[in-house]
Amino acid sequence: MARGLVAVINRLPAWLAMALVLGLTFGTLAAVAARAELGRGVSSADWAAVRFTITQAIASALISVALAVPAARALARRSFRGRRALITLMGAPFLLPVIVAVLGLLAVFGRGGVLNGALAALGFPQISIYGFWGVVLAHVFFNLPLAVRLILQGWQAIPAERFRLTASLNGSVFRLLEVPMLARVVPGALLVVFLICLTSFAVALTLGGGPRATTVELAIYQAIQFDFDLGRAALLACIQFALGLSAAFVAWQVTPSQGMGRGLDRIVQRWDKGSVGFDALALTFATVFLALPLLMVLLRGAPGLFDMPNAVWAAAGRSVIVAVASAVLCVALALALAMRGGVAVSVVGVLPLAASGLVMGTGLFVLVYPFVSPRSVALPVTVLVNAALALPFAVRAIAPAVADAKRDYGRLSASLGLRGWDLLRIVVIPRARRPLGFAAGLAAALSMGDLGVITLFAGDAQETLPLTMYRLMGSYQMEAAAGAGLLLLALSLALFWLCDQGGRRDADT
Amino acid sequence: MLTLDGLRIFLGAFQLRADLRVEPGITAIIGPSGGGKSTLLSALAGFQTLAAGRISWEGQDITAAAPHARPISMLFQDNNLFPHLSISQNVGLGLGPNLRLAGSDKDKVAEAIRAVGLDGMADRNPGALSGGQQSRAALARVLVAHRPIVLLDEPFAALGPGLKAEMLDLTREKLSGRTVLMVTHDPSDARQVADQVILLADNVAATPVDTKEMFANPPDALRAYLGQAG
Repeated sequence: MARGLVAVINRLPAWLAMALVLGLTFGTLAAVAARAELGRGVSSADWAAVRFTITQAIASALISVALAVPAARALARRSFRGRRALITLMGAPFLLPVIVAVLGLLAVFGRGGVLNGALAALGFPQISIYGFWGVVLAHVFFNLPLAVRLILQGWQAIPAERFRLTASLNGSVFRLLEVPMLARVVPGALLVVFLICLTSFAVALTLGGGPRATTVELAIYQAIQFDFDLGRAALLACIQFALGLSAAFVAWQVTPSQGMGRGLDRIVQRWDKGSVGFDALALTFATVFLALPLLMVLLRGAPGLFDMPNAVWAAAGRSVIVAVASAVLCVALALALAMRGGVAVSVVGVLPLAASGLVMGTGLFVLVYPFVSPRSVALPVTVLVNAALALPFAVRAIAPAVADAKRDYGRLSASLGLRGWDLLRIVVIPRARRPLGFAAGLAAALSMGDLGVITLFAGDAQETLPLTMYRLMGSYQMEAAAGAGLLLLALSLALFWLCDQGGRRDADT
Repeated sequence: MLTLDGLRIFLGAFQLRADLRVEPGITAIIGPSGGGKSTLLSALAGFQTLAAGRISWEGQDITAAAPHARPISMLFQDNNLFPHLSISQNVGLGLGPNLRLAGSDKDKVAEAIRAVGLDGMADRNPGALSGGQQSRAALARVLVAHRPIVLLDEPFAALGPGLKAEMLDLTREKLSGRTVLMVTHDPSDARQVADQVILLADNVAATPVDTKEMFANPPDALRAYLGQAG
């Protein structure tokens, strides 16, 4: 009897975590579905949103991967100064707040941007970053590095012996090794990028809009924010969930488990050299395309940094609190799931990938609206939803380390009577310090930069920094927006760095 | 006295039977690899569920007790120390699942560390110690835990022959009076320190036999294991 009780208490955290995740995914979906007005059917505007969502995701995936293949090949077969830095740069967009990237892209490709300035000087017509191609451009900016890393892993998974064998047979590396590898890796990369672009909200919010460039997520936002049509929002949320779910589980199989460049700095010796010029071109293009917008954020943001409205600093404070709270919650949930292990980790940990922040937000909005003002719960809801959205990444980082600790020290711990909180404190947390720090940093950075669910809930008094930036951009206060963008970028990276280093500091292995 | 009463373990197609009593002193368990020596220790420690039978200590049934609630300390083949904790913290865990120790407990830890010859290394982490020193630290934890039964699942197997012999002697000296069950694949270990030997072959753990007698008149199964023609 007593042992049964202990067992229940030991399992309680995992049950709570699972209940929370299920509540936030299926629970919010049920709340949404109950409000969805199916009878009215799907309007032509809704269909347009579905079509736009899918076509922009397909275009983004194809272009990202097409550009990634030559860049990944160059990284795989060339050794040069700065190669490691370049690979690190490829990991940066994951931590980069979307709104900051959009600001940087506007500075390069926007109306008063670098590119249009050059075009005007040469007498060419101007290009517009808004609409379909703007959305695709931003998605390629975010997903090209991810695609490069995925495909680079494919290259590096080819054993060195195969290159030796191919060289000794005087065979074609391209036909014998690279084409089969690409055939295996590219579909996965396409799918991952496609999935990410399906649930992209902030890019569509800032660069899309209008009847011809509205994603389903953006349509949800508009239905709530402008029309206050909860029935339509709910219907759209159901569509979005179906879209996400159908792609998520397939994509999950092919995503890499380690986020940041582990094992990617190895160069395999090979005997075919290919065209140096082509490789240099591919890498230069990728580097400029990724670095220039970031550089513009720095250049344009620096002058305005100390001349920003007080509201920006207040929003920054709120953002940091939200980010830290979200990171703590996310890591606690991930740890609870990882301690339980098994099916809980593989299913519950992945679910939030299929759910979009906007769908969760809509569901929570529908749930709280009858009782309290959504504004009054804006920040707690943002904490909760962001923790859930970062959970899949945190679980993937933490679960292997927890499993290792249990495998290596489970029996010793059991024989010493280390259980429950003592087991976590004395054994598991110290053993999993590095991935815990990494996961906390990731969750904090993602939450810091989130411009999703907060848009549904917040008024002026609940603005987070990304929302403040968005509103500044909307009112054409570009200087203040640039300053806020630089601040947001610095805070996101600083939070990630602090957590990640915290995990590494005197980590004894 | 440790009593194994009608013990049955099933692990897939593998099965193991044991029906025996173990006296205080060192008892070696020898037998072919894959014969279930480690499995038997796991069952005694509470990591392996039994299909049937009971385990009792001094007349008290401990079959259903959790691993830490048994009067047992165990040293495993590896991972006997937490690498992120200092030697004194590792040893202190023998006194309870907590890193905070009362004054008298601190003295016990320091004394045990001295007893195994690790003076001045209390604040180091295991990674800074040699393999032999790590074995000594693990033994120090067994000393402070003060449990009457000690299970050794070849914890010194990775040491060189000289160091291993030294550790076996130290074990014998420091754990005198306790009931020590020691798995080994090396008959010379048994000859060196064991009072009695349990031969585990053909799915049966035999009744303990005096070590000298066992090697003077080896049963067929032991002959086969030792490679002596019958």
